[in-house]
Amino acid sequence: MNMEVKSSYHQIKQTQLIGYILIALGIFSTFVFSVGVEGDAVFRLSRPRDPLALQNLVVPASPYNFFVSFVLTFLGIRLLIKRMSNYSSLYLGLGFFLLITCFLVWATAGKSFSLTGMLQATVVRATPIALAGLAGVLSERVAVINIGIEGMLLVGAFAGAVFGSIFGGLIGLIFAIFVGALFGLLLAVLVITYRVDQIIAGVAINILALGTTSFLTSHLLKSHPHLNDAPIFKPIKIPFISDLPVIGPTFFQHNFFVYGALILIIASTFYLFNTGIGLRLRAVGEHPKAADTLGVNVLKLRYLNVTLAGMVAGFGGAWFTIGSVGRFDEAMTGGRGFIGLAAMIFGRWHPVGALMAALVFGFADSLQQKLAILKTPIPSEFLAMAPYIATIVLVAGLIGRARAPNAIGKPYIKE
Amino acid sequence: MMDYLKKKFVSEHLDVKEILLVPIFATFFALTIGCLFLLATGEGLKNIFIAYSSLFIGSLGSLNALSETFTAATPLIFAALGIALAFRAGLFNIGAEGQMIIGGMAAVIVGFSIDFLPVWLHLPLALSVGALFGAMYASIAGWLKASTGAHEVISTIMLNLIAIRLLDYMLRSPIIQKEGRNDPISKSVLNTSELPQLLSFIDPQLRLHAGFLVMLGTVLLIYWLLFHTTIGYEFRSTGANPNAAKYAGIKATFTIVLVMFIAGALAGLAGANQITGVLGRASPGFSASIGFDAIAVALLGRSHPIGVLFAGLLFGALIAGGRLMQVKAGVSVDLITIIQALIIVFIAAPLLVRRAVPWIFKEDIKKDK
Repeated sequence: MNMEVKSSYHQIKQTQLIGYILIALGIFSTFVFSVGVEGDAVFRLSRPRDPLALQNLVVPASPYNFFVSFVLTFLGIRLLIKRMSNYSSLYLGLGFFLLITCFLVWATAGKSFSLTGMLQATVVRATPIALAGLAGVLSERVAVINIGIEGMLLVGAFAGAVFGSIFGGLIGLIFAIFVGALFGLLLAVLVITYRVDQIIAGVAINILALGTTSFLTSHLLKSHPHLNDAPIFKPIKIPFISDLPVIGPTFFQHNFFVYGALILIIASTFYLFNTGIGLRLRAVGEHPKAADTLGVNVLKLRYLNVTLAGMVAGFGGAWFTIGSVGRFDEAMTGGRGFIGLAAMIFGRWHPVGALMAALVFGFADSLQQKLAILKTPIPSEFLAMAPYIATIVLVAGLIGRARAPNAIGKPYIKE
Repeated sequence: MMDYLKKKFVSEHLDVKEILLVPIFATFFALTIGCLFLLATGEGLKNIFIAYSSLFIGSLGSLNALSETFTAATPLIFAALGIALAFRAGLFNIGAEGQMIIGGMAAVIVGFSIDFLPVWLHLPLALSVGALFGAMYASIAGWLKASTGAHEVISTIMLNLIAIRLLDYMLRSPIIQKEGRNDPISKSVLNTSELPQLLSFIDPQLRLHAGFLVMLGTVLLIYWLLFHTTIGYEFRSTGANPNAAKYAGIKATFTIVLVMFIAGALAGLAGANQITGVLGRASPGFSASIGFDAIAVALLGRSHPIGVLFAGLLFGALIAGGRLMQVKAGVSVDLITIIQALIIVFIAAPLLVRRAVPWIFKEDIKKDK
């Protein structure tokens, strides 16, 4: 009873908070994005050479933005009057989406902007983050915190570049996955067999990966540049559907990494939620003792999944080199592993959720990159900050109380 | 996750064997593996000997080396104290890097903009404004955790990224950027806000500054706060068992915000210390990932202020020695990063160390079995 009262009280407060946020967004977009904006915003949906071309999307800037601001404020007031809603998080998501359209229209007013190009870049940039998030999901579902993903991405990128330079892209990819698996296994040995604290082990793996790759870069790759010149995976156009306007370039004209990430997400969703072993895995994450009592080999399953997570992270790491630029630079993953962890929590420890969150981060990433072309009066640093601020707001408003697997962080000691 | 962490790594009294022998062996093993690593990458034995002897000479071998070790350890220990404190209260503050940046920026602005204060007012002002801004920045994560339950790991990671962008922006703004420079670099702080050098009467080259003394005082202060005050007791009980703490009448909300406030103040102080004691101005990446290394220091020191002090000194020694190693032996300073990681692994896994030298840890091994 007490719990129920408390949770509904929490819900009311949350609804109110979201209501105020929406009203604030509405007022903000009225004064910043709507007043004094002239001209039409032209969004290019197709590129000149596309077989099925769509016409440009032309939005009258000022009327559209005034309308959206009104809708935002209306939604906010509605939430405040209703006081309670089960869909308040949805409202917040919708609100942010509308605000982003508003912002795009404002930034593009009087100019033209390739929407399709931005969506395509979104998917590309989301790929390593989604893979990092998936690696996080795989290991946290068996209650092993994996702070070391950043390091695993880094060694994957390094192995991909070096072995890709010697043996070609595919072998490079295999080695990246293999080295990722080794680091996953190292984490598993440390936290499962030697019961090192999981966060410490993860931090150590990050430092180890950073140190090793940087050391080898300065000692080996600087003097042998031919070891750091790997071929890049070429984009594969999927027949027929890649010709569709907007959707085709966005989803079906990428290289192997993007498709691989999607396949892995689908496969691991099935693996975790539709197979017998997945059920056991989740039991190991929630209540290892009960699982053990029923004859599940807790330690073995943990080893399995943490190593798998390493392989996924190694694959994601290879994206940085053989999937995108072809050469390795020190610390080139730039915190994507940590953003992947955020995507995992954001996506509520579910592979598909992590993918969605990764797309949000990827969108923000590509938005910032493409908007530099439009020369908005907002400094680019603030644009770069926006997705992180949005993440904080969304995490606070949307998934404030998402729950990690119950046994997380605890080593299992068989009695 | 935290209750386990607490049990194993937040011990209040450390026995001598654990506190001395394990780290010594861990360092020894880490150096040995580092040596194997050098051999594997084709370094000659002679060069390895030069590298390791200069690692030692550069950190402990002379007055200058000691001064460098202490200078490098100071900000690490400041930031690590904050992280350790948060650990004690069950919070994982990854945000020390961002808090350091914000604190350092605040200190730099106070340092160059106020030109009428005497040194005994200006310097404390710069340091405390740095601490205050770091504290307020960290409080955002604390407040979000307390009011909405937003996971502090996510919000502090995001706040780090935001702080880096903010730094880039501020370093280009005309108020802060140094006149006549196109690259992002701030104006230099005035003499009145610089931490005085401690050993300049011996040799003006010695960089050790008064921040080291402030740090030692802070270690004692945090020790006192944690173990001899009501607030410290509340921190520890919230970390040990949040539910029990709640029923004992401890306001979890207030405690979380306060812990993050103090943790941020310490990280901000680390940033201000770097600005007023070593760098004199801010540039992109002036925090040099000290905020991340400090996580390792806090864990190594088992979230105990005294443990943090020694862990920080060890890391400071490695950083200082590593610089000489790079100069003398041409071995990249990245080797130090590898050795640091290995030390963390060995210290965090005392089981590994005990099995490697069983004759010293006979009794402990018996206990394990």
